[in-house]
Amino acid sequence: MTVAPEIHDASPEKLLAPVLSAFWDEPRSWTLETYLRHEGYEGARKAFAMQPDEVIAYVKDSGLRGRGGAGFPTGMKWQFIPQGDGKPHYLVVNADESEPGTCKDIPLLFANPHSLVEGMLIASYAIRCSHAFVYLRGETVPVLRRLHEAVREAYAAGYLGRNILGSGLDLDITVHAGAGAYICGEETALLDSLEGRRGQPRLRPPFPAVAGLYACPTVVNNVESIASVPAILNRGKEWFRSMGSEKSPGFTLYSLSGHVANPGQYEAPLGITLRQLLGMSGGMRPGHTLKFWTPGGSSTPLLTDEHLDVPLDYEAVGAAGSMLGTKALQCFDETTCVVRAVTRWTEFYAHESCGKCTPCREGTYWLVQLLRDIEAGKGRMADLDKLADIADNINGKSFCALGDGAASPIFSSLQYFRGEYEQHIKGKGCPFDPSKSTVWADQPHPEVPA
Amino acid sequence: MKHEVRLGMPQLPAPDYPAEVRARLEADAAQLVGRYPDRRSALLPLLHLVQAEEGYVTRTGIRFCAEQLGLTTAEVTAVSTFYTMYRREQGGDYQVGVCTNTLCAVLGGDAIFGALQQHLGVGNGETTEDGKVTLEHIECNAACDYAPVVMVNWEFFDNQTVESAKKLVDDLRAGRTVEPTRGAPLCTYRETERILAGFPDERPGAVEASGGAGPATLAGLRLARGEGAHRVGPPRPAPPAQTSEEGEG
Repeated sequence: MTVAPEIHDASPEKLLAPVLSAFWDEPRSWTLETYLRHEGYEGARKAFAMQPDEVIAYVKDSGLRGRGGAGFPTGMKWQFIPQGDGKPHYLVVNADESEPGTCKDIPLLFANPHSLVEGMLIASYAIRCSHAFVYLRGETVPVLRRLHEAVREAYAAGYLGRNILGSGLDLDITVHAGAGAYICGEETALLDSLEGRRGQPRLRPPFPAVAGLYACPTVVNNVESIASVPAILNRGKEWFRSMGSEKSPGFTLYSLSGHVANPGQYEAPLGITLRQLLGMSGGMRPGHTLKFWTPGGSSTPLLTDEHLDVPLDYEAVGAAGSMLGTKALQCFDETTCVVRAVTRWTEFYAHESCGKCTPCREGTYWLVQLLRDIEAGKGRMADLDKLADIADNINGKSFCALGDGAASPIFSSLQYFRGEYEQHIKGKGCPFDPSKSTVWADQPHPEVPA
Repeated sequence: MKHEVRLGMPQLPAPDYPAEVRARLEADAAQLVGRYPDRRSALLPLLHLVQAEEGYVTRTGIRFCAEQLGLTTAEVTAVSTFYTMYRREQGGDYQVGVCTNTLCAVLGGDAIFGALQQHLGVGNGETTEDGKVTLEHIECNAACDYAPVVMVNWEFFDNQTVESAKKLVDDLRAGRTVEPTRGAPLCTYRETERILAGFPDERPGAVEASGGAGPATLAGLRLARGEGAHRVGPPRPAPPAQTSEEGEG
């Protein structure tokens, strides 16, 4: 099923589907008490009534795909864990949300950390894991507090510890705070970091399912993926499949940000379009038009207003030349200089490149030098081909996807906005006024930075 | 750069912590190490712990981590210098981080960061003379729907403007209470580091401070409930009631 194409007829009540976010507006939404009032831990009870392999098959049949960017089927990841191998198995939740534009897991955990804890119970039961970890980025202390508290509450109420709910499952959860490194969102770098090392990606194979944490079979899943599992168990895979499309079923969090009238989290079936989301939420800020946007963070190629009707699911965004990624819809209006935007993202990738692979470490550095020159009006026409060439030398030629991510904004901005780069070069400077892009630009008494 | 490279004779081993400090930290370290199947996994928490003790990762702190985990100081140094949250020199009580990744930068983060540098008279990574505020530009902090964002000791100060950010740092320097839009009343940088090491914040009310979810987090939910498309966040620019310092500097 796809959602209705006519936005003006379709009301938000019909287009949106709050599941994870359904009671985030309760005054104490993060507590166990609130969670239990909303069928909390019912999914785990249903899972415990099944055999672990049945749980894996059930999640696989539901069609749930990873919400951290790659979209790999969650149940299949669980199925890859070899059983009866005599080794400990680990579940590691990737809560290192750092992809520019991405802002879903942090508010999710702040509003309701128990949906993650329950999902971890179910996943651990399925893969036969007795020690699970949450790797939370360190820069979000308010979320760390609530995770500490949720785990404490879960132990006290018997949802963690020994023989949980009589299931025979023993589970401990360790909440682990990172220390500031985007690369640790890459699953193998995350595992190295969790082992107390520099967070640098590992060569695969072996994949984490075979040799992950401490070289033992390990599932690494995104927060939203795991937090979606309890509802699937509780309300059924058919219910889950009634939303979204055949290949991209279910609900998900779309994060609207930038020059929009109402930024925020919008939970909807997969396949909703940006036009629909903007249509229901008040559109772009008054008097302005959409220029470019990312479907899923800065590592997903830019799209433009031509792509407003692309269904935001894994297949359709891929067919449009980008990736669904983390569904981080960063929208920029006509006041924004695309060269400035891409330069800043590229500076980010250069800063965050872990240095392991030469193409990424060196390539991102040189991209920054060229882009800064172009932005400052000191570029040459030949630099544009050089940018594309360097990006091509990074893309697909490093251990992990950070390099590919760095190449994405370069390729896509040259594809859609080459003229704007040329304008910077010919005009020997940036034709945009950055003060017009600020949120206060259109206020009656604009602030003037001294 | 402030980190000068010195060649010549290797440094002497770092001094140890005083006995009573060491005993206290060893008890903390034992708790942290006990949470992992493999000792070395406690290294990042231990580095947060020594940072909580001294405000940055000192050579003494590195020695302590190495001894607890059976590593060399070189191995610990290699890890601590990889991660941006570990300071290599003393900073202020309040770390003020302005997001200047693309989205926040475009929406006003660049203007805020520029204005704060001028207002405080410090550059990126520098601390005010009174030792209160260390100013930094930071990368995307997963709060893009609240842009432009400023973090103080890793608590969220959402929807900032040049004026609100100036007032924020003035209040911090004057010792006035400031409350994050999402997060708990501020503690010092070192106290924050102890939470990051893995010791829950024991202050009454800290967990529930600032409520369940911020306004932008609830934007979709409210629409789905038929509450209509209206401005859900604080009106941009927020917050409204502040003494203006326009034209200063």
